[in-house]
Amino acid sequence: MSQPFRLNKEGLINRNKKISFTFNGKKLFGFEGDTIASALIANGIHLVGRSFKYHRPRGFFGAGVEEPNAKLQVEFNGHSEPNVNATEMELVEGLSATSQNCWPSVNFDVGAINNFLKMFFPAGFYYKTFMWPKSFWYKIYEPFIRKAAGLGVASIEKDKERYEHKFEYCDLLVTGSGPSGLASAYAAAKNGAKVILAEDKPRFGGTLLTDDVSIDNLSGKDWAEKIITELKSMPNVTVKNRSQVFGYYDHNMLVMFERVSDHLEKKSKFTPRQRLWYIRAKETILSTGSIERPIVFGNNDTPGIFLSAAAKEYMKVYGVLVGKKPLIFTNNDSAYETALEFKKNNVEPIILDTREEHSSELIDEAKSKGIDIRFSHGVIVANGYKKVKSAKIGKLNKDKNSFEKIETVDCDCICVSGFWTPSVHLASQSGNKLKYEEKIDAFIPDKKKQHETSVGAANGSFTLEESLKHGFENGSNLSAKITETKTEISIPNVNEKKYGAHDKFWCMPLPKNENPKRFVDFQNDVSVSDIEIALREGYRSIEHVKRYTTLGMATDQGRTSNLNGLQLVSNIENKIVPEVGHTTFRPPFTPITIGTIVGREVGMEYMPTRKTPMHEWHEKNNAVFVDAGAWKRPRYYKLGSETLFEASKREAKNVRENVGICDVTTLGKIDIKGPDAAEFLNRVYTNAWMKLPVGKARYGLMLREDGIVMDDGTTTRISENHYHMTTTTAQAANVLSHLEYYLQIVWPELNVNVVSTTEQWAGAAIAGPKSRDMLSKLYPDLDVSNEALPFMGYKEAEFFGVPSRIFRISFSGELAYEINVKSDHGMFMWEKMMEVGKDFGNQPYGTEALSTLRIEMGHVAGPELDGRTIPSDVSLNGLVSKKKDFIGKNSLGREAFNVESRQKIVGLIPIDRKSSIPEGSHIVQDQNAKLPNPKLGHVSSSCWSVENNNPFSLAIMKDGKNMIGKKFFAVSPLKNKSIEVEVISSHYVDPEGKRVRS
Amino acid sequence: MLYIKCPYCGLRAQKEFSYGGDATVKRPNINEEVSSEDWDNFVYMRKSPRGKHIELWQHIAGCRQWIKVQRDTATHEIFQTAKVTEEIR
Ligand SMILES: [Zn+2]
Repeated sequence: MSQPFRLNKEGLINRNKKISFTFNGKKLFGFEGDTIASALIANGIHLVGRSFKYHRPRGFFGAGVEEPNAKLQVEFNGHSEPNVNATEMELVEGLSATSQNCWPSVNFDVGAINNFLKMFFPAGFYYKTFMWPKSFWYKIYEPFIRKAAGLGVASIEKDKERYEHKFEYCDLLVTGSGPSGLASAYAAAKNGAKVILAEDKPRFGGTLLTDDVSIDNLSGKDWAEKIITELKSMPNVTVKNRSQVFGYYDHNMLVMFERVSDHLEKKSKFTPRQRLWYIRAKETILSTGSIERPIVFGNNDTPGIFLSAAAKEYMKVYGVLVGKKPLIFTNNDSAYETALEFKKNNVEPIILDTREEHSSELIDEAKSKGIDIRFSHGVIVANGYKKVKSAKIGKLNKDKNSFEKIETVDCDCICVSGFWTPSVHLASQSGNKLKYEEKIDAFIPDKKKQHETSVGAANGSFTLEESLKHGFENGSNLSAKITETKTEISIPNVNEKKYGAHDKFWCMPLPKNENPKRFVDFQNDVSVSDIEIALREGYRSIEHVKRYTTLGMATDQGRTSNLNGLQLVSNIENKIVPEVGHTTFRPPFTPITIGTIVGREVGMEYMPTRKTPMHEWHEKNNAVFVDAGAWKRPRYYKLGSETLFEASKREAKNVRENVGICDVTTLGKIDIKGPDAAEFLNRVYTNAWMKLPVGKARYGLMLREDGIVMDDGTTTRISENHYHMTTTTAQAANVLSHLEYYLQIVWPELNVNVVSTTEQWAGAAIAGPKSRDMLSKLYPDLDVSNEALPFMGYKEAEFFGVPSRIFRISFSGELAYEINVKSDHGMFMWEKMMEVGKDFGNQPYGTEALSTLRIEMGHVAGPELDGRTIPSDVSLNGLVSKKKDFIGKNSLGREAFNVESRQKIVGLIPIDRKSSIPEGSHIVQDQNAKLPNPKLGHVSSSCWSVENNNPFSLAIMKDGKNMIGKKFFAVSPLKNKSIEVEVISSHYVDPEGKRVRS
Repeated sequence: MLYIKCPYCGLRAQKEFSYGGDATVKRPNINEEVSSEDWDNFVYMRKSPRGKHIELWQHIAGCRQWIKVQRDTATHEIFQTAKVTEEIR
């Protein structure tokens, strides 16, 4: 149970709490506060995966978001999650991690043969190889690539966890709690600003946790703790750890991913796993720090090779040694701190410094401690397959392109430092054009694009003093503009070590006749030679080089490879880096879970559900519902073991023979008031509206300006200046916006108001030959005779004591009425109708029967008004006024709308009078014609005609009216059906419309 | 997500609005003769500028007013918003 690489004291982990976990089936333990990576390294495990292309053994390289290699499949708290970054995921009891991208095991991987066949995998390999023949893609190339190049495996189980979304507003959002972030947040908080401070890691403080500095005589770590404690106590400050701001969007909208409970073992059902924050910030401080840059050398991907700062972090934060015989390979002073930390823990490092012998505070300190420093030296190639065993090192000549001396030294880890790269991702996402800073050989943010201010290392300031100063100043100034309060803060005294200049050197040359792989991008296996090939083959734009080689395109977004790639291109092309330019940074900064993006919008919460006031009754009476937009509508009411077909036939037949009631609450309803209402309707509808008397309804058709039918419905004149408009369920929202557009923008001189009343009225249709008899029982005191309440008539009357509106309108083609009562009375109305209707054979009917009734009558609906038809296409040209102007009228004169052979609505019946015609079928002359078979039209709606007891369909067909009496085929390749049909009139039942007027 | 200042309600998130296209298009007067060319221009022809664009948005999940927004189509910067009765200069 011992952990051979765990230090005795160092670190911020909780040594009192052991946590057991497994890695590739092996039982191990770590401590609370460990990441999977720190616990594995403590146990001496470095080989964790295989690389993407060559299946080379890979270990840990970093200690946080910069990690390119250590992506594991992790099972914890009942999930299985792929591509988990082992350097970020905290250890929880019972966690089980497995290597990805290897088969059959990480130690013996069949795919590693690719490493020996590397001539097959040069840059552009996929483009070059998997090209011909096309048919090979499907069966050979794609399965091969998928098998060979898999990352983790996504779970197919339903995710039982809870994810949340949160919207937040603040004056200042600070992204990162290193020294500059803490200083900014503190200064802004003191000015009374509403501040959110976000830290990606579990611990606040950033580099203060690992750097050997003091602030106001406190260690960096203690100072950070002091500031955080004070910030947490302030009501205007929200402090969040485990929270990464991963995207900077338009208008200062930033999105943050919070890992709420992944690190907790026990939690309540309502604890979200992760939370997505949409933060609209007035100002943003980007204190995202910097990431260490590697130096490229031979076999630099061997397990045991780390970034030097990561090695230091493992010691200082986790009390873990990445090795006991370290080589420190650097071009700058910061790696000396890592060497000193090793030395402090009684480990003897060797420093290889690419610079010539010189002096600096840190170099002198290392010398005084007796550390072996070799100047003008570097690692040529790492030896060892699954773990570093030794390194071939060389003394560089003056030009650093060949070696004066080469030797091999034993080591068990190599800590590499190629200076620092500011994390400019968020700044770049905000639209900031970055600029190249010669002094640090990296890009930093340029002029502000939105309200982003980069401070500290993210802005290229690599000293603590400068970072703190910029943090305090910017935090104070930005917030003072918002709060108009300025609290003076004295900038603390800082004690830090002075760094000398770095060496502009990032790629070790190779001795003659040696050709080990030198990786630039570990995650995508892009090597120096791949970049050379791309350039040799003529790729010049860095964006093209990126896509051709896949450099920087993996999930780590090239955090450790971008600048080295640019530097290489710049060296080969003899251009300076700013001329090469940089590729675009895009959100998310790190991968986030799909669950978090979706949030609570799953299952029932996927979209709002609209229920009519009668919904419960439908439920109790075995309604089978169908979605109509957000509405739930009864499709049919199931009796016994009835099928949809049987039930809808029964319901429709009952309407034709007796009477039925249908919940029509979902129809759009718009209240229209004002002295110019009639004039307005006259412009909106194609037919005439100026002379509609009070107490009468009229069917109306509205077009878009391009002449296409938009919607239809009835509008009733309630009183002199008051109308009640109905729309189809689907178009309700569009029609309202349409009316508002014309009233607000086009004809503001019209004195008319419109408002949606869809939710205010419950509606029920009573349809069938016995509907008048039933109505007279519902309104015993009202004269409901054909004379008193004729077709398209309207009356207001009390319905058993509640106010109601009665419209004599019909969608079913039968004698019918629609009753509206206030929504609160909807259920009362419905139950009363069911009670009274018993004597007349009343039955409720759903949308399926409703469709049957309207189809066999030839009434058009959504499938016919599909955004492609003009009034004459669907036999509604009678409603188009020739005298007046209206919306869309000018378009009806278009040539293409007036050709004789234009599509027209027709009816279809199968010759055998038995076969139902699938909706969407194509109408063709010859079912056996050579493909593509010329299409003459399509079937828009189909039903079983209850009146004639055979199938009937509506179709939109070329030159339809002249096809009546002819025979065609309706073919549905989807249903594998071809049915011989005869074209008839679209009005299959009661073509004269006698029933509605009876 | 854009942050749009409704002249009636103040700053609101984009998801409260729906887009309504070029605000400078003027519908030919009703009840007046219009040439085919003018009508086609009104119905179909739209510029798709890169840069400043005056457009209509409707505050559908708010006051339901149609408003004018002057926006940069490339950067999404919003320079000005106004009631439809007001001019954007
Ligand atoms: Zn508004």
